Amino acid sequence: MENNNKVTLKINGIQVTVPAGSTILEAAKIAGINIPTLCHHPDLETSGVCRVCVVEVNKGRPLQAACVYKVAEDMEVETATPVVREARRLNLELILSRHPQDCLSCVRNQKCELQDLAESFHIEEISFPIKGKAYEKDDSNPSVVRDQEKCILCRRCIEACIQLQGVEALGVANRGADSTVGPFFNKPLQDVVCTFCGQCIHACPVGAIYEKDDTARFWEAVAAPNKHVVVQTAPAIRVGLAEEMGMGVGSLATGKMVTALRRLGVDRVFDTDFTADLTIIEEGSELVERVTGGGTLPMITSCSPGWIKFCEHYYPDLLDHLSTCKSPQQMFGALAKTYYAEKSGINPKDIFVVSIMPCTAKKFEATRPEMHDSGHQDVDVVLTTRELGRMLREVGVQFAELPEEEFDKPLGISTGAGAIFGATGGVMEAALRTAYVLVTGQELEEINLYDCRGLTGVKEAVVPVGDLEVKIAIAHGLANARKLMDMVRKGEADYHFIEIMACPGGCIGGGGQPVPTTMASRDKRIAAIYREDERMVLRKSHENEAVKALYDEFLGKPLGEKSHHLLHTKYIPREL
Amino acid sequence: MVTKVVEKFRTMKTPLLSILKELQKDQGYLTEEVLKEVAKELGLSPARVYGVATFYSLFSVTPKGKYIIRVCESAPCYINGTMNILEMLQDELKVDVGETTLDGLFTLELTSCLGVCGVAPAIMVNEEVYGNLDREKLSHLLSRCRGM
Ligand code: SF4
Ligand code: SF4
Ligand code: SF4
Ligand code: FES
Repeated sequence: MENNNKVTLKINGIQVTVPAGSTILEAAKIAGINIPTLCHHPDLETSGVCRVCVVEVNKGRPLQAACVYKVAEDMEVETATPVVREARRLNLELILSRHPQDCLSCVRNQKCELQDLAESFHIEEISFPIKGKAYEKDDSNPSVVRDQEKCILCRRCIEACIQLQGVEALGVANRGADSTVGPFFNKPLQDVVCTFCGQCIHACPVGAIYEKDDTARFWEAVAAPNKHVVVQTAPAIRVGLAEEMGMGVGSLATGKMVTALRRLGVDRVFDTDFTADLTIIEEGSELVERVTGGGTLPMITSCSPGWIKFCEHYYPDLLDHLSTCKSPQQMFGALAKTYYAEKSGINPKDIFVVSIMPCTAKKFEATRPEMHDSGHQDVDVVLTTRELGRMLREVGVQFAELPEEEFDKPLGISTGAGAIFGATGGVMEAALRTAYVLVTGQELEEINLYDCRGLTGVKEAVVPVGDLEVKIAIAHGLANARKLMDMVRKGEADYHFIEIMACPGGCIGGGGQPVPTTMASRDKRIAAIYREDERMVLRKSHENEAVKALYDEFLGKPLGEKSHHLLHTKYIPREL
Repeated sequence: MVTKVVEKFRTMKTPLLSILKELQKDQGYLTEEVLKEVAKELGLSPARVYGVATFYSLFSVTPKGKYIIRVCESAPCYINGTMNILEMLQDELKVDVGETTLDGLFTLELTSCLGVCGVAPAIMVNEEVYGNLDREKLSHLLSRCRGM
C-alpha cells in the first residue's frame, strides 16, 4: 500500500512498512534485523566510508551501504546472502589489516566495535598483509589522548566535534592510503582549539581516542602514609558508575559508590553536590547583584570547563557575561585545603584531593594556574567514571553486591538541588529554587521546574520571581551554546540568566562517562538524576545546613572577601 | 596579503581552491599562518582548510626545493625500473618521497604517467622530462643541478 509518508519494502523476504526517507539500516531494525556497522553512529550524520554494512538491493545490482542508502517502494533488500557476507568480510579484513593487533593492551579491549565485529564475523585469518603505520601518540594535554595508530578513519570523531560541539578540531588530511584524521597540521590537541570535552571519545568506535589515565597517581597517594586522601564525587557519577560496573544504563547507586571508594582506601568520601549547593548560593547572589546593580547580563553559568574554554577561544569579547563562580569541583578543592584542613587540623600540604568526574575537561581545569587559591593545587587528581571503574575491577570490588554507606560530614552533605547539576537544565532549576527565596523571601511551591528539563537543544522560559519576570535560556552541547552566544553577541539575547553545559545532556553525558554514551543513554541517566533529587529530604541549596555552617564558621557571607578569594575566578581570552 | 586574495575570490561558489592556488605562488607552499588566516577569513575551521590543502597534490604545506624531482610511478616505468631510480634518488639525496633536502635544493615526489612511456623509466625535474634513466645519467643530472 502506498502512502506519502510510508514506504513498504521487503527485507530478507519480510515485508515492512517504514517512514519514507529511512535508510535501509533503520528499516531493517524495524524488521528486527541488525545490519553490522562501523562508521555509522546513531546520533550523527555519518558518511558511509567503511562499507561494513553493505546489502544487496534488488538482486544483481552493486552492493549498497545500508547506513546511507534510502528505502524505496517495493525495494527488495537482502542482508545476509553469500555475496553480501563475503563483501563485508573483505571490507572488515582490509580494515583489520591496517590496524594494530594488540587488543590485550588496549583501553577499549572488550568495549570496541571493531573487536565485536571481528568476533561476530568469526575472523580467524586476515587475507591481506598486515601493515600498520607508526604514529606518535598525542598525550600533550591533561585530558584527551589520541592514538592514531588505532584510527580506522571512520570520521565519527570529526562529525561529533562538528555536529555536537561546533568546534571541528579534527579533520581528514592527505589522501588515499596516506589519509589521517587529526587536527590542523597534525598538531597536538593542546596547540589547537579543542575544549577537551571528550565527546570524540564517545564517538570513536575503537581505542584511538581516550582519557588520559591518572589512576597511578591515585594509587600512589592512597599508599603514601602521610597523605590524607579526600574524594569528591560529581553528581553524574552516582548514575554513571553503576552503569560502568555493569548494572545497566540509568542505574542509580549513590550509597554503593561511597562504599566502593572507602574500599579503595581513601580517608574521606565527600560530595561535589555539597559545593554545587554552595555554587547556587554564590551564583544566585551574584545574579541578584547583577540584576539589581546593573551588572552585565545575561549572566552565564561557569561550572562546565569545556564550555569555559570554548568561550575563551570563540567569545573572548563576552567573558564578562560568565559568572565568576568557580565550578563546584574547584570550590571543593579550595575549601578542602583551607576550611576542611583547619577544621580537621590537617596540614593542607598533606591533603590529597581526588575528584571523580564524568568529564575529561575537568582534568584540564584542575591544572589551570588560576586553580591554586588554597596555596596548593586545589584539586590534585581528576579521575573519570571509567578510570574509577577500572580501579574497582582491578581490585575485584563486587560493586552490585556492596552495601550502601553514607558520605562523610561535613563536605558530604547535600540537597537534591546539588544532584541535578548533573543534567542539562539542572543548574538553572537549582538556582531558581533558591533565587526565588533570595528575592521574595518565600519558598517556591512547585519546585519541579519542568521547563528546565529534557534534551531539547536550546530551552527558554520566563519564570515569575516576585515582581520580576526572569528570562532564562539553557543550552547543552557546544553547537547549541554557539546559537545562544551568537545572539548574546548581537545583543539579541534579553535573558537574565543562561545555563550552558558543554556536553550533550549535561555532565551525565560527559566525556568521561561509560562507553557507549548515546542520546538514548543520556536520556536514561537524566531520569536517574531526577530520581536522586526526589529521594533527597532537602531539595533546595539554601536549606543545606553544612553550607550554612560553612558561612558561619569560615566564609562570612556570600560574595564576601573569603568567597572572592577562594570561590571565584577570572577567565583568559585565548586564540583561535 | 591573505585578506586581499580572499576578497578577490570570495564571491565564487567554492573559493577555497582558487585562494590557496593564488596564495601558494608567494612562497611555493602554504604555511601554517597562511592557512590559519584563510580559515579565519572564510569562517572555516583550520582543520578543514588543512584537509583541503593536503588532499590536492597541487598544493604543498611543506617548503619545496629549488628542483622538484617527480618520479613516474605508472606501470611502464615501474616495469622498467622506477623502483631502482627511486632508491638511487633516496640514497643520493637522503630524503623520502615527499621530503626536501636539507640544503633546500631538491624535493622528491612521485607522479602519475608523464606520457613518455617509450623512454621509461622517466622522471621530471621541474618542467623538464628525462627518460631512459640509469645510475650514470641520474648522477650526471643531479651534479648539473648542484651547479657542479
Ligand atoms: S581498538 Fe579495538 S581492535 Fe583495536 S586494539 Fe583496541 S580493542 Fe583491539
Ligand atoms: S575533545 Fe571535544 S573539542 Fe576536542 S576534539 Fe574532541 S570533541 Fe572536539
Ligand atoms: S579517531 Fe576514532 S572516531 Fe576518529 S576517525 Fe579514527 S577511529 Fe574514527
Ligand atoms: S556503517 Fe555503513 S558504510 Fe560504514
